[in-house]
Amino acid sequence: MSTPTAATLPSPVAKNPFAPGAFELRKARALTRRKWMTLGFCLLLIIPLFAILIDIFVKALPALSLDYLWENPTDKGKTGGLWAPLIGTFYLVIGSLLVVTPIGILAAIYLNEYAKDGWLTRTIGITVTSLAGVPSIVHALFGLGAFVLGLLPVVNGFLMSTGLVDKKWEAGLLTASLTVAVMNLPVIITSTREALGAVPMAFREACWNLGATRFQTIRTVVLPNSLSGILTGIILVVSRAAGETAPILFTGATFIKFIADSGIEKIFPYTPGEPFMAMSMHLNIISNQISQMPEAMKYGCAAVLIALILAINSVSIALRVWLRSRKRW
Amino acid sequence: MDTPHIEFRNVSTRYGSKPVLKNVSFTVGRNEVFGIIGPANSGKTTMLKAVNRTLEFVSGSARTGEIFIGGKETSKMDPNALRRRIGMVFPLPVGLPMTVWENVAYAPRRMGITAKKDLDPIVERCLRQSVLWDEVKDRLDLLGTRLSGGQQQRLTLARALSLSPEILCLDEFSIAIDPVTTMRIEEVLKELRKSMTILLVTNLVQQARRLADRTMFFWNGEIIECDRTERIFGDQPADRRTFDYVNGVFG
Repeated sequence: MSTPTAATLPSPVAKNPFAPGAFELRKARALTRRKWMTLGFCLLLIIPLFAILIDIFVKALPALSLDYLWENPTDKGKTGGLWAPLIGTFYLVIGSLLVVTPIGILAAIYLNEYAKDGWLTRTIGITVTSLAGVPSIVHALFGLGAFVLGLLPVVNGFLMSTGLVDKKWEAGLLTASLTVAVMNLPVIITSTREALGAVPMAFREACWNLGATRFQTIRTVVLPNSLSGILTGIILVVSRAAGETAPILFTGATFIKFIADSGIEKIFPYTPGEPFMAMSMHLNIISNQISQMPEAMKYGCAAVLIALILAINSVSIALRVWLRSRKRW
Repeated sequence: MDTPHIEFRNVSTRYGSKPVLKNVSFTVGRNEVFGIIGPANSGKTTMLKAVNRTLEFVSGSARTGEIFIGGKETSKMDPNALRRRIGMVFPLPVGLPMTVWENVAYAPRRMGITAKKDLDPIVERCLRQSVLWDEVKDRLDLLGTRLSGGQQQRLTLARALSLSPEILCLDEFSIAIDPVTTMRIEEVLKELRKSMTILLVTNLVQQARRLADRTMFFWNGEIIECDRTERIFGDQPADRRTFDYVNGVFG
């Protein structure tokens, strides 16, 4: 038996022992193929999106200017600007947030932190999730029945008895905000629950072991560490509230409402009890109900609405990035 | 005879339909170090959770029997007041997502101590007792979650000591800590026992042998044997299984 010598051993230079074999080459080719395929589908999605955006903004260009935002629409929106619907949408968003944020967050805290896991909690959870899938037009009809026909007479009865107002409230910001709030309630509850659920259970247990009450634990550990998720949910709701037409269709939005062109009334143009203009409603009407509407006005309105929602979403993304950089575990 | 500090009287617990503790009765004297050894899944952690009533947070759990602390039945006490009297350290290191200083000051602050000059001495005392002070004294504003596993475990211990509890429950406290630091903590525990009763659950049977006055061998939710540590670890424990377990025949 001879010991192997340098001559009998396979030369390390002649053949790279780490060179890919047929199997590895096939796998690498498949990987490349799949990468290009998924990239293709990705482009398929993005190209139409950009095409639409560019088309809208190019056609809107003749109309766009600062005055276009600041002036009120005149002649059924054929001339003038967008101020009245813009400020209406602003107050609609604020009004609905005032209602939906406290209720939604408190409900989510109860469901996630206090409720025992039982059939009732699970049923509520499923109900909330299904509510999120209800079409907005159904919410609109609900709002019409519950708030315009149900709540308004009660409010008016109260207002009349106090003598604070001399004119009955009609469907307006109040009823529309409530309807939009109801529509967005499941969104807030779901996103808040997810944010709360992302805080590890071990943190809560550590606090309980120290004798902290459930509420102290929520206040000091759970809420501060789920804030980013909760805020993201709220901002999502803002863009939904600004963009939806259906829920405000029967509950307070109108197409023509003359408001002041200057002064403080221009900033606070609507009382809660009168019809108001809103961007989504305005766009809906001018794009297909008014004859001889200048092209640029239609596209201008659409461009402003899209820009508004993109801006809100960018804030949301920026906020999320910032809060994630401060993530503490 | 003194009232025992902790007394379990016919305590049974179950998770859903699965029984965990089966009719457990024992007493622990004041300022005693009471070692609890036994294989995994035998109910050691459940027993500690029953003491400070955090078992109630586990859905589907139920307890029967009575647990007395200082002669008072725990289920009649305010659970949060009870938990403040019991320091608890579980095997998983948990640094709360706040600074080291805030971690230790957490419980005193919830008790209404808010002035920094009152809290600083507490923080320093607890961090010294858990042998963490030297490593973090210059960076008390570091996030607790950024510490290493072993440091977080000592931070957990420091938090548990922050209210000067009368009972300290240690569940595998040394699992993430190196042997040298463990020895230093054990030295501290020998000091602490002058002011508190210590329940020491451990898988390191030698740790129980070093520290405990009495040791209980626990298996499948039942007490196999509970006696003076010398006897449990001696040649003649009452039960053959105890001998096998502490001598590494099984377990």
